[in-house]
Amino acid sequence: MIKSLAVPEYNDEIVKKFTIAAVFWGIVGFCAGLFIALQMAFPGLNFEPYFTFGRLRPLHTSAVIFAFGGNVLFATSYFVVQRTCRTRIWGSRLASFTFWGYQVFILLAALGYVFGVTQGKEYAEPEWYADLWLTIVWVVYLVVYLMTLTKREEPHIYVANWFFLAFIVTVAVLHLVNGISVPVSLTSFKSYPLWGGVQNAMIQWWYGHNAVGFFLTAGFLGIMYYFVPKRANRPVYSYRLSILHFWSLIFIYIWAGPHHLHYTALPDWAQTLGMTFSIILWMPSWGGMINGLMTLSGAWHKLREDPVLKFMIVSLAFYGMSTFEGPVMAIKEVNALSHYTDWTIGHVHSGALGWVAFISFGAIYHLVPKLWKRKELYSLKLVNAHLWIATIGIVFYISAMWIAGVMQGLMWRSYDSLGYLEYSFVETVMAMHPYYIIRALGGVLFLIGALIMVYNLWKTVATNDDKAQFVS
Amino acid sequence: MLNKHSKIEKNSILLLVLVVIAISVGGLIEIVPLFRVETTIEPIKGIRPYTPLELAGQDIYIREGCYGCHSQQIRPLRDEVERYGHYSLAAESMYDHPFQWGSKRTGPDLARVGGKYSDDWHVGHMINPQEFVPESIMPSYSTMESRDANLINIGAHLATLKLVGVPYTDSMVENAYDDAMTQAKEGSSESELALFERYGKNINIRNFDGKKGVVSELDAIIAYLQVLGTMANLKDYDPDMLTKETNPE
Repeated sequence: MIKSLAVPEYNDEIVKKFTIAAVFWGIVGFCAGLFIALQMAFPGLNFEPYFTFGRLRPLHTSAVIFAFGGNVLFATSYFVVQRTCRTRIWGSRLASFTFWGYQVFILLAALGYVFGVTQGKEYAEPEWYADLWLTIVWVVYLVVYLMTLTKREEPHIYVANWFFLAFIVTVAVLHLVNGISVPVSLTSFKSYPLWGGVQNAMIQWWYGHNAVGFFLTAGFLGIMYYFVPKRANRPVYSYRLSILHFWSLIFIYIWAGPHHLHYTALPDWAQTLGMTFSIILWMPSWGGMINGLMTLSGAWHKLREDPVLKFMIVSLAFYGMSTFEGPVMAIKEVNALSHYTDWTIGHVHSGALGWVAFISFGAIYHLVPKLWKRKELYSLKLVNAHLWIATIGIVFYISAMWIAGVMQGLMWRSYDSLGYLEYSFVETVMAMHPYYIIRALGGVLFLIGALIMVYNLWKTVATNDDKAQFVS
Repeated sequence: MLNKHSKIEKNSILLLVLVVIAISVGGLIEIVPLFRVETTIEPIKGIRPYTPLELAGQDIYIREGCYGCHSQQIRPLRDEVERYGHYSLAAESMYDHPFQWGSKRTGPDLARVGGKYSDDWHVGHMINPQEFVPESIMPSYSTMESRDANLINIGAHLATLKLVGVPYTDSMVENAYDDAMTQAKEGSSESELALFERYGKNINIRNFDGKKGVVSELDAIIAYLQVLGTMANLKDYDPDMLTKETNPE
């Protein structure tokens, strides 16, 4: 009995490594995003052949989703699974392999994009050799995670781990099915995907939307389910809701892909299914938001004192907002207007910046003092500054893109009194210009916020308070 | 319900298996039926695999990430049909590995750009887009003019596509390099006849970039752009064809 009550010696070295990588890649990804945003406002910033928008855009998306988001997920899942199972991570050397292996994957993918090596499928651009390498790393991740769960000292598997597990295994399935391709030769960087045409479109957006659903949602809900209750020092609001929301979320999300293909050559029945399930998806999404927000019931005053908790709660608010906007945009008639425009870009970023990045910042601010055994963060005021500057940045970003997108959609379908199309395409491009500048400004603010975080974390680690009492 | 769920919470393998089942249903139902091709892709005359030069052009299109800003999918909406032409049919992209439908129109849709502009226009526009459309925000691709299209290995690309289901014949694979050179007007009149024989009459045989002697990346990408949306014989296309066949009056 005494043995099981003692705090085991957790492997925090691996969590530290992933946390550092996450912060590093985050800055790289935000800079890449800002740069391509500026390219859209000022096309002179394209430097062919390596630094054109077309090659840098996947660099940005991969850097923020897979490099920043991925490293955050590795760090938090390894941290959480050890705490909630009260056991040291299984296979420390394999866990270490997942770290180096994943960084190698990121470099392989990023170098490929700049040199024009790409499969050309959004969010699945890495070529066959990088894909194969990622498969190995990911299977090891799944094994390490599952084995740690299996040797747990707690009778129950905590809800955060359900989400992490669903994220890991579903991403594996998506990656394997969507990634099947045949290389031109074993010495060639180029491959052709097995799937073509309309089937390829369906499989790609089944993958693409569930990269959002499982990488950027289920995984980060795992973070939410550990760090929000921990930070608020309150149990999760509703256990029943967790069960209901978990199973309905993962079951329904997987159907939503075809809403990326409304009015295309994809058969109508598939479009209708995609739209229907996207609308239903609103409910489990808000289930998660409510469960997170209501965890604070009775502890709302903590929001005034703790800017780290504030980050997490604002992230849930953005999560609620973008998971309401999503189902609306999945309605065919709305999609007819919004599709192909910057509205989609705005929608994605309200989720990516507001939800994914903010919950990540919250978790990182919570983790760093714990991992480096410091009493507190260097400055809570700077956390507050980060929060406000980044939030204003996001508001600039999404409102500019919303206006730009709706305007462009309306201009495309506008007719003059004689029944001709009113605007040429390039007139709609010109109309975007001021909004592209405002968007880039939003990006600048978001980046400044992140740099403040780096400074704050650096000072936290560098300030050596010997008297610090670390309690796990 | 809660009691039963605690079983799942105490067994990581059971949890894993149930998650896999839960996430498989939707994907299977939406994806598998699409492989019953006759209900997914309406047959239409004129669709053929890309010639080797066009394929080399598509490879460049993918390499540069053109799909990030240009869609190739016209929706059946009044303004789109008027702006870009007949809405896109599934058959028109059946040989695209990967599909190029895109998701964003920072620039215009290209599904039917073939034949809309002259080769000269494309040459100038690729080298310096702002010279032709001053307000354009497209990057310039002037290096394509001097870069060799590197066609020597194009046969292996055709062979790979054949493996994933594109109906290239053995003679198409064997003669891929010659066919590519021929299409860029670097072959004899006999080799042009052979190219027509292999791929049909609807092929642009031109010196796309206007430069003799070398087949550049510009030749390849313009050959690709000029064929986009021009293969399908839309005059014969009847949207109700399938329902008429199954419900004879």
